[in-house]
Amino acid sequence: MADEKKFAGYVCTGCGLGERLDAGQLETTATRDGKMQSCKQHEMLCSAEGVQMIKDDIANDDVTHVMIAACSRRAKVEAFNFTDVALTRANLREGVIWVRPDTDENTETTQEMADDYIRMACAELKSMTKPSASGEQSLNKNILVVGGGITGMTAAIEAAAAGYPVHLVEKSGKLGGAIGSYYKVIPTRSPYDAPAENPVPGMTEAIEAADNITVHLNSTVAKTDGAPGRFSVEVATESGTSETLTIGAIVQASGFKPYDANQLPEFAYDKSADVVTNHELEALAVAANGGPIKRPSDGKEVQSVCFIQNAGQCSDKEGHLTYFAGVTDLVSIKQAMYFKELNGDCDTTILFDNLRTPGAGGEDFYRAGQQSMVTFSKGIASEVVPGDSLTVKFEDKILNEETEMACDLVVLATGMEPNSGPDPYAQLMVDEAEDEEEKAKAQAALENAPPSILNLQYRQGTDLPHLKNGFTDSHFICFPYETRRTGIYSAGPVRRPMDAQQARDDATGAALKAIQAAENAGLGRAAHPRSGDLSFPSFRKEGCTQCKRCTVECPFGAINEDEEGYPMYNESRCRRCGTCMGACPVRVISFENYSVETVNQQIKNCEIPEEWDEKPRILVMACENDAYPALDQAAQAGVEINPWARVIPVRCLGSVSLSWVTDALNSGYDGIVMMGCRRDDDYQCHFVRGSAMAAERMSKVGDTLDSLNLEPERVVLHEVAITDVERAPQLINDMAETVEKIGLSPFKF
Amino acid sequence: MSDLNTAMIEKYRSSFLKEVEANVEEGEWVKMCMQCGVCSGSCPLGKHWDHPPQEIFMMIRANKRDEVLSTDSMWMCTSCYNCIARCPRGLPITHIMHGLAVYSKRLGLTQKKQPTAEFSQIFWDNLMKKGRVNELKLGLSMYFKDGFGQGIKNAMANQKLGQNMMKAKRMNAMEFFGGHSVKDLSGFQKMVKKAQEIEEGNLKDAK
Ligand code: SF4
Ligand code: SF4
Ligand code: SF4
Ligand code: SF4
Repeated sequence: MADEKKFAGYVCTGCGLGERLDAGQLETTATRDGKMQSCKQHEMLCSAEGVQMIKDDIANDDVTHVMIAACSRRAKVEAFNFTDVALTRANLREGVIWVRPDTDENTETTQEMADDYIRMACAELKSMTKPSASGEQSLNKNILVVGGGITGMTAAIEAAAAGYPVHLVEKSGKLGGAIGSYYKVIPTRSPYDAPAENPVPGMTEAIEAADNITVHLNSTVAKTDGAPGRFSVEVATESGTSETLTIGAIVQASGFKPYDANQLPEFAYDKSADVVTNHELEALAVAANGGPIKRPSDGKEVQSVCFIQNAGQCSDKEGHLTYFAGVTDLVSIKQAMYFKELNGDCDTTILFDNLRTPGAGGEDFYRAGQQSMVTFSKGIASEVVPGDSLTVKFEDKILNEETEMACDLVVLATGMEPNSGPDPYAQLMVDEAEDEEEKAKAQAALENAPPSILNLQYRQGTDLPHLKNGFTDSHFICFPYETRRTGIYSAGPVRRPMDAQQARDDATGAALKAIQAAENAGLGRAAHPRSGDLSFPSFRKEGCTQCKRCTVECPFGAINEDEEGYPMYNESRCRRCGTCMGACPVRVISFENYSVETVNQQIKNCEIPEEWDEKPRILVMACENDAYPALDQAAQAGVEINPWARVIPVRCLGSVSLSWVTDALNSGYDGIVMMGCRRDDDYQCHFVRGSAMAAERMSKVGDTLDSLNLEPERVVLHEVAITDVERAPQLINDMAETVEKIGLSPFKF
Repeated sequence: MSDLNTAMIEKYRSSFLKEVEANVEEGEWVKMCMQCGVCSGSCPLGKHWDHPPQEIFMMIRANKRDEVLSTDSMWMCTSCYNCIARCPRGLPITHIMHGLAVYSKRLGLTQKKQPTAEFSQIFWDNLMKKGRVNELKLGLSMYFKDGFGQGIKNAMANQKLGQNMMKAKRMNAMEFFGGHSVKDLSGFQKMVKKAQEIEEGNLKDAK
């Protein structure tokens, strides 16, 4: 193919486009205004014949840039998949004819809309180049699993079974983790009627027998450098030796630590040996060695036992866990059945407030507990009085009375806390604290931080970022396995509280994601949500002021800094969100097919009518993950959108450069609507922090409006979900009303 | 208190639940209640009772033997079957209510003058005489159960109803004198006696 650029436009007249729009006029717009060297029409461009026409032009006429004016860029992606050229699409179907009424008085504005979208697409295409991998990509099939508990063991077994060599690093001297030393586990198969055999010994054997799993016991990760496909990991042993491994992708299965019951003095945990946690009861059951469980204080066979549910969890009290461990009700049912199995006619009571038994077999297992004569009492324990026989005081919630019961042993159903390592942003929290109290809290968190698990040599800290309560961050709604460090997947109770079976399922998923990440890295392709994308950000070094905005704002910690303070991109850590691009104050960061320029050109090439035409223009920048699809669906549903709107899809609101807003206002747009995803703790942003970063950046837009002497209502930013099919168009129409009220922009020249 | 009661206390000292499982019709279901409260919410009368069904089941599990056996709540059940239709755990609640009533009566723990219990006794005695219910006598027994004076008052109050029933041939005054019986009365009585023996035997075994 020649180095010369050749631009070709294609206008589809199918799907009613030909009837509603003047295709000849569109063609003229593409060639005259859009400077396409050629433009062809087809009555059904997505048909085999239409696609072939484009393919032939690429092959025979050396077309390098293709503009398709047809349906939304989200439709017919398989048909219009031309990997050898730069490609853009003008959305005339969902973007124009489906959102405008088919009446004579609207023909003119509808045609104007379509012409504008063609101009915009052509202008965008002019500043695009075909994306291709950076050349930095490398394939490395080794999977590192950090943590040798049931989660890590599962991940190792699964990845190895798929043919990927595994290095399994475990801190202690043996595999199995917390579950390894349990008597039995919650049943995982029908009929779910009794505790099941512990799977760990079998798994240990499988790992020992597998020839592509290398186990590193008494070892930790001393250093993780690099990126997916080329991680360089230093594994250090307790004895001081170390070895460096090259790794494709990582699964972090660092598990949980049991809640410290010393924080529950009301239950006499610190005073009586016969008050134990659910975790400790497992050891008593194992020690019973098939005989009756004995109480710790004097070795008496337990004849009555009381389980206190939600001990120190689901509570706002100081020192308690605010969240529920998810499984501790099932665990208590399991353990109550130990007593029915081992201790004969032992009085076994579970004191619960809300009994939650999730999972396929949860309800059946609960019934099995009832069948075996475990007493379930709805009540809230307030105190355990130590003594030869323990007294549990509780409020019976059914009989509405304060009452008590005597028993030999009390088991506290306490929760689990994630072993997630230090919060990489702890220092940032201190620096950015808004008041002294917040600062002191952040400082304490920083000082009490646990040792690092991954020791990442990243500009943004040593470990995976946290969400709430110290659990590793993951996009819960769409990509639960994705963390904020590409190619590193957390699995098991470090991600959210879960039981052994859930952890095993989780580990299997994470192992597959790790394999996918290693393979993607080999091809230079992006992971979720722009999976397969080959474009990557690069920066113009001459222009860079070393301001560090990009290295700080990248939600995925993809950018390191070199000695001089210039950003160092790591293509395979990058998710292609463009947040760095939106952040850069001197606009030197760009992708081949998405840049400050590609959007700027679209903004500038929409025709702004003269003031006396009384046709406002509203610029809509819609996140391509949620807002843009919501608008597409609205179009399918026939929801009307104001004819003055011009929508530009953006990769993430985080990629929106303040300059686009300023330029748009300067060139006479009357209103600007930005739509991104929800950004708080329950965020839906596909790039996690992109939307939040954008909101922060745009808070400065007021100054711009001020300096231009424009009304603040002209620029708005909304959180939009993919389900906002009615609301998203409404937000655009609202802006049209606002403009009508406050009048046109004075910046029309 | 009856001997039977003392024997049962002795036997199931620690677990009223086990006593109910062994001796009350459908009692083995009590442990399966998950305390959702749907039955109590569905029972048209439950809110007027001292203890709606859910609470009774909880009391059984909390070993509140005396309170359960001497409450009149289960006697108030009208067998509407609302609770059974709705219980997510499929407990035969209506039957358990009746079973508990029967058990408390057997142990002699039923409240004196409990109207349902009284009526049940009158009905039973009436039925046993002729092997069929003599409605005229049943009605009269009910009128006069609280003494002669009250009986006359009740009869006067319902005079019109009685006359209309006779006119419509729904009641026959001649039934007052003896009244007719089932075909094989002695056979009927033998059958009932046998059934009673079996039931008593069950309880004795339980002792
Ligand atoms: S901000 Fe987004 S596009 Fe930029 S380096 Fe980070 S992940 Fe990549
Ligand atoms: S944001 Fe732009 S100017 Fe700042 S360091 Fe990054 S590339 Fe350089
Ligand atoms: S509806 Fe059934 S399960 Fe629910 S409280 Fe009543 S008996 Fe128990
Ligand atoms: S059958 Fe008895 S207990 Fe059940 S709802 Fe009806 S009256 Fe209440």
